[in-house]
Amino acid sequence: MSERLSVFKTYKLFVGGKFPRSESGRVYEVTDSKGKWLANAPLSSRKDARDAVVAARKATGGWAGATAYNRGQILYRVAEMLEGRRDQFVAEVADAEGLSKSKAAAQVDAAIDRWVWYAGWTDKIAQVVGGANPVAGPFFNLSTPEPTGVVAVVAPQESSFLGLVSVIAPVIAVGNTVVVIASEKAPLPALSLGEVLATSDVPGGVVNILSGKAAEISPSLAAHQDVNAIDLAGADAELSKALQIAAADNLKRVLRPQAVDWSADPGTDRMTAFLETKTVWHPTGSLGAGGSAY
Amino acid sequence: MPTVPSNGNEAAERLASMADVTASDGALRRFLHGLPGVDTVGLEARAAMLGTRSIKTTAKAYAIDLAISMIDLTTLEGADTPGKVRALCAKGVNPDPTDRTTPKVAAICVYPDMAATAAEALKGSGVNVASVATAFPAGRAALPVKLADTRDAVAAGADEIDMVIDRGAFLSGHYLSVFEEIKAVKEACRREDGSAARLKVIFETGELSTYDNIRRASWLGMLAGADFIKTSTGKVAVNATPANTLLMLEAVRDFRATTGVQVGVKPAGGIRTTKDALKFLVLVNETVGEEWLTNTWFRFGASSLLNDLLMQRQKLSTGRYSGPDYVTVD
Repeated sequence: MSERLSVFKTYKLFVGGKFPRSESGRVYEVTDSKGKWLANAPLSSRKDARDAVVAARKATGGWAGATAYNRGQILYRVAEMLEGRRDQFVAEVADAEGLSKSKAAAQVDAAIDRWVWYAGWTDKIAQVVGGANPVAGPFFNLSTPEPTGVVAVVAPQESSFLGLVSVIAPVIAVGNTVVVIASEKAPLPALSLGEVLATSDVPGGVVNILSGKAAEISPSLAAHQDVNAIDLAGADAELSKALQIAAADNLKRVLRPQAVDWSADPGTDRMTAFLETKTVWHPTGSLGAGGSAY
Repeated sequence: MPTVPSNGNEAAERLASMADVTASDGALRRFLHGLPGVDTVGLEARAAMLGTRSIKTTAKAYAIDLAISMIDLTTLEGADTPGKVRALCAKGVNPDPTDRTTPKVAAICVYPDMAATAAEALKGSGVNVASVATAFPAGRAALPVKLADTRDAVAAGADEIDMVIDRGAFLSGHYLSVFEEIKAVKEACRREDGSAARLKVIFETGELSTYDNIRRASWLGMLAGADFIKTSTGKVAVNATPANTLLMLEAVRDFRATTGVQVGVKPAGGIRTTKDALKFLVLVNETVGEEWLTNTWFRFGASSLLNDLLMQRQKLSTGRYSGPDYVTVD
C-alpha cells in the first residue's frame, strides 16, 4: 500500500457567513516563526473589504435587534465550539507565534474564557452604562446604550488569537457587527475562527474576517462612509495616523491603539467604546404635579 | 433600407407592408413558428460571457451616468400615495442633491391613477411620465376596460404607456387576439392633437416558459407597433435576466434589418446593482450597437438600482465608498 498523502487545508476568508476566496484571486505565503511555510492565505483586496462591509451592514438589524440574552447564548456557544477544537487552535497558535505547546494552550484557554466573559456581559452592560437620570422636571429620563453599527477592526499583529478574540468579542457582544483584518503575519488562527463562528449560531455577516495587508485594506475601511467606527488595535504609528485622518472625514468613532496586556482582565472599555447613548424623556404627568419624587 | 423610429408614419407604412403575415391567425402562427429556434445553451453562454467584461475608471463613470439617464424610476405598490409619487419625482429630477452634475432619470413609472400627480410634479423637468395600463400586472380584464385604462392614463398626462400582453391568450396560441389587442392599445395611446404616447409592451417573460416563446412574443409585439419591448412587470419570480434581454435585443436587431423600424428594449425587475446594469449595457453595445445606447431606445425598469448607481458615482468622485445613509430611501 502506498503512503497516504495528507490533505492541505485551503484557508479562506469569512464574509457574510460564507467562505469566499479573495475576489482578487491573490494569496500570500504564511510561515511559522522560523520561516517554514505553513499555508497560503488569501490576500484580500479593497473590494473584499467593501463586500465585507455590505455583509456587515446587512447583518446589523438582526444582530442589534436580537435580545441581549440571546446574544449571550450565542457567544457562549462560540466558547463551546472552540473548546471542541482546542487542539487544532493550540497547534495553529504554537506555529503562528512560535510558542511552546503549553504556552499556546494557555493562550487558547484564555481566548475561550474571554468568549464566556463577554457572553456574560451582553445583558449586563446596559445596567452599568445606562440608567435613570435625575432631571429638573416632571420626566422620567432614561439613558440606554445602543450599538454603534458596523465596526472595522485592525486586529493585533502579535497576539494572533487571544488578541483577535479580545478585540472582536466586545464589539459583537454589545450588538455591533464587525469587519476584522487579521494579523498579517499570522492569519491562520483567525481564518480558522471563521469556521467556529459559522457553526455557533452567529448570524452570517456579524463577523467578517479578512486576511492580507492591513496597510492595503484598512484605508478604504477607514474612509468608508458606511463604517461607523474603527478600532486601530493592530495598526502601527504611521498607519494609525493615516487611518485617523481618513476616518475624520465622516466622523467615525476611533479607538486609538494602546499598549494592552491581552492576558489581563479586559474590563468594559472595549465594549463601551462602540456604544452610543440614547436618552428618552418621558413625561410623568400627574405624578409630577402631585409632588412625587418623579 | 433607411431606419425609421417606431412611432412615425413611415413605421406604420413599413408595418403595413408586413400585413400578409398578420392577416389571419393561421398566417401569424406560421410566421411566428417559422422563426428560427433559440439555441438555449448558446444564448446563455453568450450572455454570461458578455457579463464578464471589465468596465473601469472613465468608462465606468460614463456607463453609470448613462445608466442613470436610462432609468424608469418605478413605484408600483398598492400603498402608493400622491406624496410618495411626488417625492419619487423630485428624486428622479435631481437624483443626488449633493452633486448637481448627476443626470436626470428618463421617466417616472406609476399606476394610471397617479399619472396626473406625476405629470404635475414633473412639468417642465424633461423627465417623462410613464404609466402602466391595461389592468397591470395580470392583464386579466376585458378589452374595453384595458382601453379605458390606457386612455385615462394618456389623458392624465402620461408620455409613455407600459401595457401587459394577455399571456393566457399567447400561451394558448391565440396570437392574433394578442396582436389585435396591442394594436388597439397603440391606437388608444393617440392624443387629440395627433401626437401619441410611446407604447411599451410587457411580455412577462417569466410566464412565457421558453426562449422560443420570448422570441415569438418579441416579433409579435413589434409587428403590432410596439415602441419598446419590455421583459417583465417585476411582479413575478423571474424578471429581467441577461439571457432574455439578449434574446430581445437580437429580435430588435433582426426586426430592424427586416423592416427598417427601430424599436427600444426595456429590461425590468431584478436589476439592483451597478454591476448588473453595466452588464446589460455591454449586451446592448455588443448586440445592437451604439444607436441604442440612449434613453430613447433603452431603459431600465428599476427602483433600488438608482441608489446603487448613486453610491458608485459618489465612490468614483470622492474616492470613498459610500453607504445607504447617503442616499434617499424611497
